[in-house]
This record gives sequence, structure tokens and C-alpha cells, in this order.
Amino acid sequence: MISIYARRRAANFTIMSLSLLATATGLIVLFLILWSLLRHGVPALSADFFTKDTPAPGNVGGLRNAFYGSFMMTLVGTLVGAPIGILAGTFLAEYARGSHLGQAVRFINDILLSAPSIVIGVFVNEVMVVRMGHFSAWAGAASLAIILVPVVVRTTENMLTLVPASLREAAVALGAPQWKVIVMVVYRAALQGMLTGVMLGVARIAGETAPLLFTAFGNNFWSTNMNAPMANLPMVIFQFALSPYADWQLLAWGGALVITLAILVLNIAARMVANWSSFGK
Amino acid sequence: MTYEIQPIETPSRSRPHLIQMPAVDTPTPTPTAEAKDQAQPKVQIKDLRFYYKTYEALKGINLTLHDKRVTAFIGPSGCGKSTLLRVLNRIYELYPDQRATGEVLVDGQDILDPRQDLNLLRARIGMVFQKPTPFPMSIYDNVAFGVRLYERLGARQLDERVEEALKRAALWDEVKDKLRESGLSLSGGQQQRLCIARAIAVKPEILLLDEPASALDPISTQRIEELIADLKSDYCIVIVTHNMQQAARSSDYTAFMYLGQLVEFDTTETIFTHPKERQTEDYITGRFG
Repeated sequence: MISIYARRRAANFTIMSLSLLATATGLIVLFLILWSLLRHGVPALSADFFTKDTPAPGNVGGLRNAFYGSFMMTLVGTLVGAPIGILAGTFLAEYARGSHLGQAVRFINDILLSAPSIVIGVFVNEVMVVRMGHFSAWAGAASLAIILVPVVVRTTENMLTLVPASLREAAVALGAPQWKVIVMVVYRAALQGMLTGVMLGVARIAGETAPLLFTAFGNNFWSTNMNAPMANLPMVIFQFALSPYADWQLLAWGGALVITLAILVLNIAARMVANWSSFGK
Repeated sequence: MTYEIQPIETPSRSRPHLIQMPAVDTPTPTPTAEAKDQAQPKVQIKDLRFYYKTYEALKGINLTLHDKRVTAFIGPSGCGKSTLLRVLNRIYELYPDQRATGEVLVDGQDILDPRQDLNLLRARIGMVFQKPTPFPMSIYDNVAFGVRLYERLGARQLDERVEEALKRAALWDEVKDKLRESGLSLSGGQQQRLCIARAIAVKPEILLLDEPASALDPISTQRIEELIADLKSDYCIVIVTHNMQQAARSSDYTAFMYLGQLVEFDTTETIFTHPKERQTEDYITGRFG
């Protein structure tokens, strides 16, 4: 009896130590990244950084065009991808639970979720860029939307599945049609989780580089034309960071810092909105 | 109306053989011949069978529920009493593996008819569940939810309807100053009364209560029972309960079920004083179940 208890305590201690170690490792890496971003990125921040476009080496410049391009393509990609993902996730969780069609869709979605993003870039290049005859921000946004969709489908389905059946029954028992049950009761109950899912997706696409190589292409000048090549942060960071020029490298650090902080702020804002509107206790 | 908290006269659960009839300790008149004479039949259940996949959970139930009366379903866990309740608004249809055969006539119309519109049926038949299920919205919106589904009311009328429902559910005094707060912020007993308010706000004809007080403390339970006594004048009420005292106190008729069959159905007084079946007597005196 005592030996069983001693063994159990030892096992508990081992598992707890391993979990702590894993957590610490993850956190240390995260803080190292944040620290180096701050150390190298903060010196790049200046008025020019936000108001001038990407310069030639040795000239004064900033990342204004890249900020704008990333913002627009992420925004359009989210506006297109998030509704599709939410509706498809709703279909899986509310209408197709346990059906063969649902299982097939879930399987395909998992494949899309793990598809290398460069493949999606090549695909959009073939479907949009080649047909249209030129690179464009629209094509960039489309490839980002395709990357966003499976992330949102997955989280939406998971969050809706967590909503207790008793809540659905209660709404159904009042004579509410299914769509009202979903929109007015289930969505509200799952709002926070669903929003977190969309935010995860946004964070993911905001930093995607590979699919934009073949679609938005990049642009060293100020352009707001969505039907033309457009600059974007990840590609500029990629290009500038690998260059031999110190001023370009500095801009790349600054860009990396800004993109990270932007995602952080977005996440915090989304959480506040969800807290405020979901009536969660 | 105000409710004073009174000493609870619930007999000890551990000694159910000491149950006294409600006539002794509650103001509710005992349902006797009067009930039989005046009450109209509201629901007639004929040869009802229910299946979870292939398992037969109800084995041919025949039963009549009266309007403006409270009928209690009692019996051990798994006897099919909740299943029977869930047939009455066809909520089981949410789950594809479940089906019912036979007839359930509400005002003479068979609600098991596949042509029956389920949403309209459920709007006529309110249901309150074992665990409180407030929606994640304000107290006001919780009560207004069902009303808004089928009625177009002006703001004033809706306000009045919400107030009326909350008053009948004996919750108004506690929430009238915080109608815009979340329904989830209430205590368990308040949440359950909110769910009752939500169910009666739509003015249903039948009220189904699935162990409505089993998750509540004795004071909240007493309030719910007072509420049932009050609501009886307008509705056909069906209550599933594990609590024998509750059945004895709050119902006019009692149906004892066992293993998917209706063993005995009679006025509550008869069931609790001179049950005809041995099984019924054993159950209500705590000898099995």
C-alpha cells in the first residue's frame, strides 16, 4: 500500500517536472525572439519608417508601402476567408455531425490545413495570375484567404461542438428554427472561441511569405491598386534581411517588430471585444 | 407578489416511508373526485413506443393528461419517464437515432404525424430542463427570446410581457433592476426560475418540467413548487421527478413507470395512499428503485 503510494508520488513528480521543463523551454524561446526583435527593431522605428516607401540601398526610406500592402491583403483575405470558414465549420458542427459527408469534408479540410503554403501560392498563381496576365494584390489576398479557411473551419467546429446540447435543446424547445438556434444562441455561447480562431488565422496569414511570392509579387513603390503588384511586409523582411546592406537589415528588423506587435494588439483587442459582447459571466 | 421564506416541511429523504400526504401540510386542495369531474383531457397518448436505435425504451404507453392539472411521472432511473416527456414536444427529433411510434393526440391532433410542424408544436409546448439553461444574453433577452420568435410586439408590450413572465416566475423582484445583465450572472435557483419565465412568456398550452428542482437547494425547490401550484390554473403541467415528496406535494395525478412501461396511473392521492400495484407501493415506500 505504502509502496504503491510512493510510486504514484514519484510518477507524479516526474510528469510534473517534464511538463514544467517543456513549458519553460517554449517560454524561453518565445522571450528570446521577442527580446532580439525589440533590441534590433526599436532603433529602426522613426517617422520616416512609417511615412516613406522602401528605399534603394543607402537611401533614406521606410516601409509604408509594405505596411499598407500587408494590411490590405490580410484584411481582404480575412473578409473573404473568415465567413467561408465560419459557415463551413458551422456546417460540420451543426448540420453534418456524424454524417459521411461531414467526415469527408473534415478530412479534406485537415489536408488543406497542413498543405505547404507555397503550394497554395503556386495554385493561385496558376488560377489567377496566369489567367489575368499579371501579379496582383487580389491574387495575394486570395491565396491568404485559402490559407485562412481551414484554420477557421477547424476552430469554429471545435468551439461549436463544445457548446452543450442542453443549450440547443432549450432554444429548440421554445420553437426556434435551427438557424436561429445557431445564430442567436450557439454562436453567442461560442463567440470567444470562434473569434480566437479567426485571430489565429489572421496571425497566420499576416506573416505568410511563400504564397505572396507568386501572387502579389511585391512592389518598391507606393501603390493602392489591388489589381497590380503590391508590396507586403513578409516579403520585404525576407528580401531586406538577407541583403548585405545594413540599412536594409535595420528596416527588416523594424518590420518584424511591427508585424509581431500588430498581431499582439489585434489579439488583445479581439479578446476585449469578445469579453464585452459575449455576456460571459 | 412576495414570497416569505418559510420553514421547509420536506420530510427526510432517507426515510421515505414517513411521507405524509400533502393535505396535511400545504394549502393545495387535494385532487379528488373534483379533478376527475372537471378537468378536460388535453393530451391522449395511445400505444406509444420509443426506440433509441433498436432499444425499446417505451413499450406501449397509454395515458391521458388533463388540462389545468399537474401530472407527475415517477419511477427509477432509466424507466423512461424523461423519454416520455421528450416525446411530447418531439425534441428527441434532434437526434437521428431516436424515433417514436403510436399516437400522441394534443387537442385531438396527432403530433407524431410527420406533417406536424415541429417549431410551431414546440411554441405551444414549453419545456424546462433539469439543469438551468440560460442563454448567453441579458435577463430581458432571455425572456423575450421565445416571444420574439412568433409575435411582433411593440417595445412597451414586450416589456410588459417580460415583466409579467418574470413576476409569475417569482423572479421579478430580484432582477427588475438588472434586466440588462447577463442571465448567467444569476444563481442556480434564479437561473431555473428565469428558464420557467422564458417558457411561460410565450404562453404555451402545456408545460413540461424535467426534474426542474433536482439541482436546486430546498428553498429554491419550494419556490418552484409554489410556482407550479400557481401556474396550474392556466396550463397542463407535466413534471418528471425523482423526489417522491415533490410528486406528492405538487401533482394532481401521478404516473408510476418502470422499465419502459406505465405500471400505474391514478390521482396522486390514490397512488400515494392505496396503490393497486405492488411495484408502485414498493417504489413509493422506498423498498426498491
